[in-house]
Amino acid sequence: MYVAVKGGETAIENAHAWLAEERRGDTDVAELSLAQIREQLGLAVNRVMAEGSLYDPDLAALAIKQARGDLIEAIFLIRAYRTTLPRFGYTQPVETGEMACDRRISATFKDAPGGQVLGPTFDYTHRLLDFKLAAEGEVPPAAAAEPREERTPHISEFLQGEDIIQSEPESDAVPGDLTREPMEFPSNRPLRLQSLTRGDEGFVLGMAYSTQRGYARNHAFVGELRIGKVAVEMEVPELGFAIEIGEIELTECETVNQFKGSKTEPPQFTRGYGLVFGQSERKSIAMALVDRALRWEELGEDDLGAPAQDEEFVLSHADNIQATGFLEHIKLPHYVDFQSELELVRKLRREAEARVASGADVPEAAE
Amino acid sequence: MSEYNFAYLDEQTKRMIRRAILKGLAVPGYQVPFASREMPMPYGWGTGGVQVSAATLTPDDTFKVIDQGADDTTNAVSIRKFFENTAGVATTEETEKATVIQTRHRIPEAPLTEEQILVYQVPIPEPLRFLEPRETETRKMHALEEYGLMHVKLYEDISQHGAISTAYAYPVRVADRYVMDPSPIPKFDNPKMEMAAIQLFGAGREQRIYALPPYTKVVSLDFEDHPFEPTKADHPCDLCAAEDSYLDEVIMDDAGSRMFVCSDTDYCRARREAGHVGRMGREDA
Repeated sequence: MYVAVKGGETAIENAHAWLAEERRGDTDVAELSLAQIREQLGLAVNRVMAEGSLYDPDLAALAIKQARGDLIEAIFLIRAYRTTLPRFGYTQPVETGEMACDRRISATFKDAPGGQVLGPTFDYTHRLLDFKLAAEGEVPPAAAAEPREERTPHISEFLQGEDIIQSEPESDAVPGDLTREPMEFPSNRPLRLQSLTRGDEGFVLGMAYSTQRGYARNHAFVGELRIGKVAVEMEVPELGFAIEIGEIELTECETVNQFKGSKTEPPQFTRGYGLVFGQSERKSIAMALVDRALRWEELGEDDLGAPAQDEEFVLSHADNIQATGFLEHIKLPHYVDFQSELELVRKLRREAEARVASGADVPEAAE
Repeated sequence: MSEYNFAYLDEQTKRMIRRAILKGLAVPGYQVPFASREMPMPYGWGTGGVQVSAATLTPDDTFKVIDQGADDTTNAVSIRKFFENTAGVATTEETEKATVIQTRHRIPEAPLTEEQILVYQVPIPEPLRFLEPRETETRKMHALEEYGLMHVKLYEDISQHGAISTAYAYPVRVADRYVMDPSPIPKFDNPKMEMAAIQLFGAGREQRIYALPPYTKVVSLDFEDHPFEPTKADHPCDLCAAEDSYLDEVIMDDAGSRMFVCSDTDYCRARREAGHVGRMGREDA
């Protein structure tokens, strides 16, 4: 007998209760604390902060716990929370030249003021499972050096001194804000960078990789990659000057790309730029490559028809919260639409069968 | 949930959305870009409709939510609960009692009145999107009223299949100007769009709002020799015997026998309460 689809409300409540139980897992195993997630799954926390567009390691840890480790779900929780926060002002631009670097490498110069500092990197580890970690061993303290007191100059400053890299135009214009204005195309570089820094790491990585494999190839050198803390300053109207309100960890990547020159510009190097919350190295390099690929028009390069050159394509599909929501919405009931398709296909089949049976030709629409 | 503003969104955001709604009403069928917010439900699950409802609801409103015509489908339940929690408005399942109705994929069978607002959830607001993927191009096409591509598509359908092979989200022309996506309602519902109520369309992920003022002319695209035809399953409702309502098909057993029931659950309920009985209505009751 026909059972009406009643009881949706109870079903939803039961599903939520079961989900909470699954999230907790076996209660004989100790529960994860937010501090454990924040301290020991730091790179997951960083990704959630970067793509969630909210710098708060504790909230990101909470989101990861609540999302059972599904990082896109965690990013979604952070985004949804973020929109409820009042916007009471904008900080000064952070000065990455003043960054206290944990890591700073350049692939273009063997050495430079500030030196090559590997920092806490996976780069030269051998990817062998370390079974000792299964036994929860303590780690011996790492060797420490005296922190560098002087500022670490950007590598690009040295190229700029020689006037061999294109200088970026300085501007005091207030950049757009993609969380406050609808995205419109063609957009501009500040909006593109905003979109890329919160874009899905996997998507941006894939797009960057495609440029390396020949879809709008423009060979990139990692001019510099730096990770460290910068001060965040904000001008408070009551005071009339900027004060430091906190510190955030950032990863910055500047690529150096060849540029053959155009009618108005001599041959020189150009840049791609990546800046991401936390230690997010892969993301920031990928972002820099995609940024550079998207600059083809401004630099007078050819449109090669490559996906990574197509601003509307890249920016419309980079956001994993938009993508996952729309992708997963096809789980929702569509039986009204499906019913109308069903009727249509049945009708078209009946007509086609009738035509075959009567031996008539397919009628021309123009008849 | 006192930690959130009435109907969740802050007043500034609501004002921004109301401006987009007013612009949409002033230019019927035109897709107004708006700074859609991240909502606590996923994009593609009604965030556009939810934002429009949030900007439209007042504490005195009575709210109804349907998905596929039904009040008790899971996502309709979830959205209704969201507004019960964040706005504390009265809710109803009865079409006549609602002042704001949020819908996904259907227009209620009962005619709406000038006292009501119908809010549609829209996945892809651009009727030309599957003919031209670029927003930069489709905006130009609307500006120039360049709709030839759409007519060619409909013509090709007829030449290949003998009929226009669009069964839902069937494109309409609004007030003799904009071609508009009616959201994925079955084409059966298209003629109802010339109605007394205000119709608002919200597409959250695509950041667009559009609108139809009451009694706006809405024409489903067709050709003189292939006129538009609203269709439904050729059965009466098996529960309430309605001949004029859109039907869902339900598979009953392993042998694949079927029954047909009104997709508009409130319409069906009201008819059964008024004594109408369909083929299988008695056993069910």
